[in-house]
Amino acid sequence: MSPGFPLAMGITLTYLGAIVVIPLAALVLKPWALGVDGVWKVLSDPRVLAALRLSFGSAILAALVDAVLGTVIGWTLVRYQFPGRRLLDALVDLPFALPTAVAGIALTALYAPNGPLGGLAALAGIKTAYSPLGIFIALIFVGLPFVVRAIEPVLSELDQEVEEAARTLGATDFQRVAMVVAPALLPSLISGVGLAFARGLGEYGSVIFIAGNMPMRTEIAPLLIVIKLEEFDYSGAALIGLTMVVMAFGMLLVINALQTLIARRGAA
Amino acid sequence: MKPVVRLPGVAPLLLLFSVTVLGLLILLPLGVVFQQAFAKGLSAYIAPLLDPDAQAAIRLTLLVAAISVPLNAIFGVAAAWTVARFEFRGKTLLLALIDLPFSISPVVSGLVWVLLFGAEGWFGAMLQAWGVKIIFATTGLVLATILVTLPFVARELIPLMQAQGADEEAAALTLGASGFITFFRVTLPNIKWALIYGVLLCNARAMGEFGAVSVVSGHIRGVTDTLPLHIEALYNDYDFVGAFAVATLLASLGLVTLVVKTALEWRFADELAASRRH
Repeated sequence: MSPGFPLAMGITLTYLGAIVVIPLAALVLKPWALGVDGVWKVLSDPRVLAALRLSFGSAILAALVDAVLGTVIGWTLVRYQFPGRRLLDALVDLPFALPTAVAGIALTALYAPNGPLGGLAALAGIKTAYSPLGIFIALIFVGLPFVVRAIEPVLSELDQEVEEAARTLGATDFQRVAMVVAPALLPSLISGVGLAFARGLGEYGSVIFIAGNMPMRTEIAPLLIVIKLEEFDYSGAALIGLTMVVMAFGMLLVINALQTLIARRGAA
Repeated sequence: MKPVVRLPGVAPLLLLFSVTVLGLLILLPLGVVFQQAFAKGLSAYIAPLLDPDAQAAIRLTLLVAAISVPLNAIFGVAAAWTVARFEFRGKTLLLALIDLPFSISPVVSGLVWVLLFGAEGWFGAMLQAWGVKIIFATTGLVLATILVTLPFVARELIPLMQAQGADEEAAALTLGASGFITFFRVTLPNIKWALIYGVLLCNARAMGEFGAVSVVSGHIRGVTDTLPLHIEALYNDYDFVGAFAVATLLASLGLVTLVVKTALEWRFADELAASRRH
């Protein structure tokens, strides 16, 4: 029996209580100072709805794009040997390592109408920075590592003998990928996408520079929280924050349900 | 390794695709930071770094990290010891609470402290009566940073200590070592690299955090602006060279973190936690 349980547990609970539980209790309780009518009024405000829809929608879309990009990149990194593979692998983590404000101004410089990539897009008549597309690009950037890092361990541990067996039994490449690799990969791919989504939903630093921040059009929910706070509307800010937390948990439940479903079908 | 995909041409295509995506989406923004910072020459690059407000922002960022990171490291060790060495009811809930800060918006992680300690917050009037300032002061920056970076160390240590088990500690205890001696002589050396790894990631995030500190800072230049906030202030003043010059400091921190992290992963793969997920 290891010693020190009271001390370790004491530190853990005190710290979690002070840093996580009490502050989040404030987030849960504060909005109700508005009364039920007040809460409804904030949540039915078109500007709030637009911001929540924008954050939620662009986070989902970006996470789905990350699923595709991340799967190809993860597959390439795990399955092939090539010079510079480790460098490329380390590069995947750059969005984790680069502070969000730095990523934000860099992406804006790239995608602004006078920037190199934004200029190219403008030639094609597409506005990237200061439009929802810019937000979408920034969220793809921050979410990509979550997907790659989630699927890499599974891809490298996936028994290649099973794939080999499928091949000798006459499976085509497509059948092999669809019926052997995909089912094994799907649970971790889904959790990677879920993490990318959660990150994208709450993302602030890398988005606000490129977004343009126009109410109703390119104003993300976290920015609206900041604006409400500047107006000393604490309850309104807390309500938007609480709604985002509820959205993130709702998505988490959906993801858990999906994974259970897949696990059951796999077992059957 | 046998070639896995037999379709001719698919492997080079996938590689080309991956290199293009990583290059355009991820490497290019990093390059732009340095290109923009040096766009007007070396002296234009150095001046914003020597500016007194920038110097104050550097000191504040270091101070906030110097308080937040050790506290989260101590918590991480205590939490890992609790979770990996003992069975108790509610362990799943405890683990969920430890992970929680990763799934909430940084802005919310700042907001909650304003709800508690802001002028209109639960304890606002009380603090005002005592003359204590938390929001728009260093304490608020530290609290917000601690909340955002809380899981980093604990998440590295918990799976590792669970995998290692308590056998070596039990041996030391049986031979008469005290709990503390056992911890410092047996446990700590065993988790050393994972602890360093977690502290490294925690520190990078603490110094680069933007959303959470933005809410509690009050944006007083030279006083409550950390480096990321100072970058924002310069950028909003259209001082792009200045903003990117200061950004190179944080980008370099990120790069160094990445290099050390990768080196640790290559060298001590076995001694780090098995799961490499963030």
